Amino acid sequence: MDYVPHTPEDQRQMTEIIGIKTVDELFSDIPEKYKLKGLLDLPPGLSEQEVTALIKGISIRNAVPPITLMGAGVYNHYIPAVVDHIISRAEFYTAYTPYQAEISQGILQAIYEYQTMIARVTGMQVANASMYDGASAMAEAAGLATKTLSREKIVIVRSVHPEYRQVVGTYAWANGYEVVEIPYGKSGQLDRDALSNAMDDRTAAVLVQSPNFFGVIEDIAAIEPTVHATGALLVSAFTEATSLGILKPAGEMGADFVVGEGQGFGNPMNYGGPYLGIFASTDKFLRKIPGRLAGATVDKEGKRGFVLTLQTREQHIRRERATSNICSNEALCALAAAVYLVSLGKNLKKLAELNVRKTHYLKRRLSELEGWDAVFTDPVYNEFVIRCPDPKMINRKLEAAGITGAYDLENDYPELGNSLLFCATEVLTREDIDRVVSIVA
Amino acid sequence: MELIFEKSRPGRIATSIPKSDVPEVAITDIINKNLLRDDVDLPEVAEVDLIRHYTQLSKRNFGVDVGFYPLGSCTMKYNPKINEEVSRLPGFTSLHPYSPVKFSQGSLQIMYELRQYLSEIFGMADFALQPAAGAHGELTGVMVIKKYFEKKGQKRSKILIPDTAHGTNPASGALCGYSIVTLRSNAEGGVDIDHLRELMTKEVAGLMITNPNTLGLFERNIEQVSEIVHGRGGILYCDGANANAFMGVTKPGDLGIDVIQLNLHKTFSTPHGCGGPGSGPVGVRRDLVRYLPLPRVIKKRRRYDWKHDFPDSIGRVRAFYGNFNVMVKAYTYIRTLGPDGLKRVSETAVLNANYVRERLRAAYDLPYDRICMHECVFSGKRQVKESGVHTSDIAKRLLDYGYHPPTIYFPLVVPEAIMIEPTETESKETLDVFCDTMIAIAKEAKENPELVKSAPLTTAVSRLDEVKAAREPDVCWGKA
Repeated sequence: MDYVPHTPEDQRQMTEIIGIKTVDELFSDIPEKYKLKGLLDLPPGLSEQEVTALIKGISIRNAVPPITLMGAGVYNHYIPAVVDHIISRAEFYTAYTPYQAEISQGILQAIYEYQTMIARVTGMQVANASMYDGASAMAEAAGLATKTLSREKIVIVRSVHPEYRQVVGTYAWANGYEVVEIPYGKSGQLDRDALSNAMDDRTAAVLVQSPNFFGVIEDIAAIEPTVHATGALLVSAFTEATSLGILKPAGEMGADFVVGEGQGFGNPMNYGGPYLGIFASTDKFLRKIPGRLAGATVDKEGKRGFVLTLQTREQHIRRERATSNICSNEALCALAAAVYLVSLGKNLKKLAELNVRKTHYLKRRLSELEGWDAVFTDPVYNEFVIRCPDPKMINRKLEAAGITGAYDLENDYPELGNSLLFCATEVLTREDIDRVVSIVA
Repeated sequence: MELIFEKSRPGRIATSIPKSDVPEVAITDIINKNLLRDDVDLPEVAEVDLIRHYTQLSKRNFGVDVGFYPLGSCTMKYNPKINEEVSRLPGFTSLHPYSPVKFSQGSLQIMYELRQYLSEIFGMADFALQPAAGAHGELTGVMVIKKYFEKKGQKRSKILIPDTAHGTNPASGALCGYSIVTLRSNAEGGVDIDHLRELMTKEVAGLMITNPNTLGLFERNIEQVSEIVHGRGGILYCDGANANAFMGVTKPGDLGIDVIQLNLHKTFSTPHGCGGPGSGPVGVRRDLVRYLPLPRVIKKRRRYDWKHDFPDSIGRVRAFYGNFNVMVKAYTYIRTLGPDGLKRVSETAVLNANYVRERLRAAYDLPYDRICMHECVFSGKRQVKESGVHTSDIAKRLLDYGYHPPTIYFPLVVPEAIMIEPTETESKETLDVFCDTMIAIAKEAKENPELVKSAPLTTAVSRLDEVKAAREPDVCWGKA
């Protein structure tokens, strides 16, 4: 099945009008010796019925666990039915980037509303239309800070998601700036003395994550003066979007940029993507931030309408002098996030509270077990680190029960010893948690 | 139309949260009060309000399922519904990226085999699937080039980019610290070989071409281009945005391409979602595979696993493994079409573009008058001269006739450019009616230019004030 509508007669008429005998003649610019003589070596094409059976067969080679205890940057949240209904509307999912505003008012207004809601939940003045994911959003913020301040050093806290640190490292290597890592403290928040010592007049930005990789909530207000004292910029990141429903927004505590992963807002885990990078800033950076921006304006009759705006920041106008090379973003994921936020409304706070309660219960139950001890004392959102007798054995036991276990910190944080990072969201029931405890006990 | 915020009424809700089934505890006993927010300022609407709001918005939007979308360089082909359907299987959507590999064999198989298929189609040694979109793939590809020279101990500071290139190419090069040198096109729209010879020095890391280029023309001198670039030790990069033109006909790897990025959301029919999610796999020649992003899926006997140990890799460009769900759709597409289907796709895409070129050549200027590949580029110069009607006016007039206009004012080397990419999924009738419309607009431009200049007349809003949008930016409601 190839979805080509032409009949042989259509093709005959078309070649005749073009003035050729065979379609092959259209490829005469390709040197003969580079033309393929036979067909590509691929499996033969299939009917819809056959391909459905094939893909279903592959999908069941994956196991859908009844319980997921894994967080670590991706979170298993309930997604209201309205989200999929809206993003399945073909007027949205089969459209391209809204270059023609008059017939793209739907997505432009939806993105404008998304930007507004993101600005509100992060406590910032400006949010863009989305980036690829949380990690690349963080890397873009780091790059923007070095360019804006003409400084070449980035300070990053070790409790930032390990993969985010790797992505920042890759972008920094390519773009030619230095990344310095500072440790977290004993109680789980970043080490403030280490931060003070790392700051100098070469530092463009400090990248901190809250809740950090260990689930620990950072005190952004407390570190803000240290960061700004040397003129550096404060980038506050998050990987768990629903935490924004309950935590004081970094924007209200002096962050210059808030970046993060929006997956938690209505996007399925999808084995790693697509997700959406959230990128928000203060007004000051409006004309410098990367990515698309939808803006309100008026039409010839004075009617409100929306366009992509401030495009002179972008690659298609500014080329090598652009803020970023980003073109496509994750618009449909941002639409899902917008629908999710409208659906939850003020209940986002209640949902976040439920996450805190479930996590507190799981943490308490596990801490009661012989040889299990929470590693950090600072407050957490919906994840926590716990030392336990044999992490590998515990995850094996959970896996045997069909459960996706906790994140093993051994490779990324060997200094933490036998520790696991557990996550509990609203989808876990008390019964689930009790079952988990009985399996690992 | 009202904003969702304007529809908000205190106390309305669209969703309910389950009651807590764990022992009650005060939040402030768990999290210090100074870390908590008081309220979250989000709209309050009922579920029916939400659905009507977004349904009304969708009616103010135009997608491929609504009508013909000949947006050049974007390959807006029909998105088969079965791809959407299977990508929503819970086995794919409900899996955490850190699930045990035992739980993830199906996802790993999709990624592993998709890499193999793409390698075969494009003649590359291997692909990396991590980049989230085309520009992200370009960035990754240029990083691979940078790493290659770094490992060889060669300092090369420049990268060559033709004047016809997409803006993402120079931007990607610049993000990797390269200075960008612009390469001229020749009179027939290809690479100016003499200019390439002059520019391609030992300081140049490589050339980023697009083939077919953004004029829709195949690079006839590709052999010479490859010889010159490789002769000076450079890397030949191909922007694969236009890959819909040659599947099953020729392989970039055979043409001397060392690195290529694809756009699964163009060539492989995954929907573009109003601007993403895309997916931008990067393919490379054999000796560059070691520099690709990590981790990579490997297969041992019949079992798939992740491998992280690639010491020469550029590292990660994104968290996790890329836009996996998009890969499921592209995989399904390739399995549906098979080798003869993919070949027919490219043959028909090229046939359709040439048909449009032939039918419109009398009504509009054709700056490069030769057989084109999957798209054709006209110029609205004549209309400007004759009646002051610009390409942007013609595009807006097309809205009144129910079309998404072609790409306009790109490539930059063509004044008043109109870049038409019909794709293979459009029938002769669709193309005929579209061409008739374009010819009718050319006539309108002559006879009633004011009408064309005042278009669109039938859309939800008329022409929008972009200058005001940029001068008095309002990107967040209630803040402007």
